[in-house]
Formats: sequence, structure tokens, C-alpha cells
Amino acid sequence: MELGPRIIFRIGNVPISETVCWSVIVSLVILVFVFFATRKMQTVPRGAQLLGEILVGFVYKMVKDVMGDVSEKFAPYCGTLIVYLGLGSMLGILDLRPITADLNCTFPLAVVTFILIHYNAIKVQTAKGYIKELSSPYPFMLPLNILSDTMFPITLACRLFGNILAGVILMALVYSGLHTASAALVEVFTGELAKDAVVPFFQIGWPLVLNFWFDMFEPILQAYIFTMLTMVFIDNGRHPVED
Amino acid sequence: MTGITGTDLIAAFSALGAGLAMIAMIGVGIGIGFNAGKTVESTARQPEAQGTLLKLMLIGVALTETAGIFALVVAIMLLFANPLL
Repeated sequence: MELGPRIIFRIGNVPISETVCWSVIVSLVILVFVFFATRKMQTVPRGAQLLGEILVGFVYKMVKDVMGDVSEKFAPYCGTLIVYLGLGSMLGILDLRPITADLNCTFPLAVVTFILIHYNAIKVQTAKGYIKELSSPYPFMLPLNILSDTMFPITLACRLFGNILAGVILMALVYSGLHTASAALVEVFTGELAKDAVVPFFQIGWPLVLNFWFDMFEPILQAYIFTMLTMVFIDNGRHPVED
Repeated sequence: MTGITGTDLIAAFSALGAGLAMIAMIGVGIGIGFNAGKTVESTARQPEAQGTLLKLMLIGVALTETAGIFALVVAIMLLFANPLL
């Protein structure tokens, strides 16, 4: 089974994979939606503007619940994460490869989060307080704290990647198994071994349940968790533990 | 059984290793179940705090899941992108 993202075309020597293409397309879709949602704005919102306002309101409320008074500064980043990752992971429903089933998509986002956490921690606590926080509760814990901080972006990236990739593999296995079953059915009725021209009898309908779980529920949950962990850890960095 | 090359041996043991790696899921299952059970208990005790509890549970589940996801990534690497072969 071929697992990695296919390479669609090359620019010079640089391979452009599915992940890059779909992520550009997802970004463009979001951009077009936002463009049309903010044209001819009305006091009583309708259509695209209403959807946009619900989404923005939801994100701002979610960030405010976690981060409190500085939430407005971080809400745009968190909103970008949740919408981009949610839509990007839901591509499986269109029979495309989800962009987050590639470590090259999730790891840069985790690194951005990592930089944001530590930049804000140093800005709020000053360098001295930051080192003091790192070497708490005892100075010999410093290496362990550094290790756990470095592991954070790796776990963040691997969690999203692993969950979505597991869904992709499982759906591929289910569909190939159903294809084999349908081929066997054709063989029973016609008496000859069919390999390609198979009536997809067993694939009708019921895989929708699996599709709903792996291509709709799981992406939303994972995008939410990614965003939530980003917010919680930025907030933790800004409010050092008092001792 | 003759003619087993080194590559075959590595492939066979990689498949075994992938299976063994997934044993980590036992701990993850216990952890997530414990987490969800405690959340249900807390919700029964204080139903008005359900929103906060759900949020905390999701974060806890995500952090617990990490160990299992690492095992999964190791297993997938052994099966599909084996560095030893």
C-alpha cells in the first residue's frame, strides 16, 4: 500500500506534493469565503456573513474563556488554526488525501506555536523569571524541564498526524476489503474472476458511518484539541507558577 | 527453510515489532477510560460545571493519547517507512 502523499508536479527540482496543493486550495477557499462574507455587511447578518459571525464569535468566546483579558491578541491565530486544520483534515470526505496526514503540514504549525509560547513567556516573565521558571521547583530539574518543553511541539504535531493518518489507513483498508468482497460476489454470479469492472455492491451506503467518524468528527475534535493546547500552553507561559 | 536473507529477517521482525509497539495502547485505554469515568462522576456531582469539565476532559484525553500515538507512529514507520531496510 502506498502511504505517502503523491507528488503531483515538480518546479525545477522541488517536488510539489498533494499536501502542498490541497493546502493552497484550502487557504484559497477560506480566503474567498471570508472575502464574500465581508462584502455588503449589514447590521442584521444574512447568509455568508451570518456564518462568518457565528464562527468568529465562537472562536473569540473560546479564546476568552481560556486566556482572559489578552484573548483578542491571540484569537486570530487560534481561529486560523481551527478553521485551517478542521477543513484540511476533512478533505477525506471528498476522497482527497487530508493535508494533516503529512508531518510536513503539522510540524511547522507546532513550531509556530512553540515559538509563540516561549516568546510570550520571555516577554511577560523577563529572561530572569523565565530561567527561574524553567529551573523550578529545584535547579537540577532544569534539563528535564527543557526536555519536556522541547517534546511539546513534537507531541502536538505527532498527535494530529497520527490520528488523521490512522483514519486514512483504516478507510483505505475498509474500502479495499469491500472491493474484494464485491469482486467475490461478481465471481459467484458470473463464474469468472473479475478484477477491475466490479459492481461496488458492498460499498453502498454504510461506509458513510465510518466516513462521518474519521472524516468529520475526528478532524473537528483534533483541530479543537490542537487549538486548545496551543491556548492553554500560551496561557501557562504567561502566568508563571507562584511559589 | 533455507534461503532467508537478512532483509527478509529484518522485515519479519519489523512486523513483529510493529505489533509489539501497539501494546502501549493498553495503558492509553486505561488512562482515557479513567479520565472519562472521573468526568462522569464530577458531572453527576455538579451538573452545572459540565462545559468546563468537558473541555478539561478533552485536554486530558489528548495528553493521554500522546503515548499511544507515538506507538502508532513507530508501528507505521516499521511497516511502511522502515529505516532498517
